[in-house]
Amino acid sequence: MVKNIKLIAVVFLVIASFFILLKGLNKTNNYSPNLNSSNIDFNFKAKFLYSNEETTLYELINDKDFSLINIWASWCLPCRDEHPYLLNLNSLGKLNIIGINYKDSEVNAKKFIKELGNPYSKIVVDPSGVNSIELGAYGVPETILIHNKSKTILKKYIGPLDDEKLTELKMIIKNEN
Amino acid sequence: MKIKILVLIIFYLISFFNLSHGANSEKVDQISKNLRCLICQGQSVYDSQSDFALSMKILIQNKIDEGKNDEQIYDFLKSKYGEWIVYDPEIRKNTVLLWVLPLILFVFGGILIFRKVSIK
Repeated sequence: MVKNIKLIAVVFLVIASFFILLKGLNKTNNYSPNLNSSNIDFNFKAKFLYSNEETTLYELINDKDFSLINIWASWCLPCRDEHPYLLNLNSLGKLNIIGINYKDSEVNAKKFIKELGNPYSKIVVDPSGVNSIELGAYGVPETILIHNKSKTILKKYIGPLDDEKLTELKMIIKNEN
Repeated sequence: MKIKILVLIIFYLISFFNLSHGANSEKVDQISKNLRCLICQGQSVYDSQSDFALSMKILIQNKIDEGKNDEQIYDFLKSKYGEWIVYDPEIRKNTVLLWVLPLILFVFGGILIFRKVSIK
């Protein structure tokens, strides 16, 4: 009887751990903070890519309804993949897309834009990566949707944009209007 | 002889520069050891050489230069990245189990051992 209980217990444990591990397989490895707590620091200072002037995030966000902050670099391959999506979003005309050029060389960044097109209304540079950290970013590419009136983050995507995220972004923009 | 003295002076100047420079980055080390590198697996910001961690160290240095204390820096990062970034979680509703479970296990194990010993 005791032996039976032991066997059942072992089998149960094995099955349980199998399902726990199986569930873990589908989980993303990246931890992302819950959005409701993260407000944006608008005193963020950065220089423009195409001029030497300094600006703040406050000045970057103009009177369109939404701003989309996109962190990118010319050395980042997934950024190349998501670039058509940004061009697509820009053609909607409702978004003010701001590019943050992350730890990049000026020459390569300009070449990247020249080659693939420019979806950004403004591009600022972040050579040390500190500005991106102040935005709560993890790396490149990363995209943050901001509601200009309430100055809050509506959505944040870690990793490149894809079809699914594009439709979701369009939905959010539509619904918020 | 003159060259020797010159070399010696330069050597000491460099060492002094490193010493004064090191004083501040020691503080960065101390803080970054308590921070989890969010994009690396099982590494602290101090251990990691990833872009994220390198930027984080610069940011911490900047904050120190601005005169912020440790608590303010941790709070700033927590507000950006959530509680997860610090290795030392606060006691809260969803972390209670984390703090209490080892204690429960300890007591439970103690009882088991005690019973086994007293049966013998």
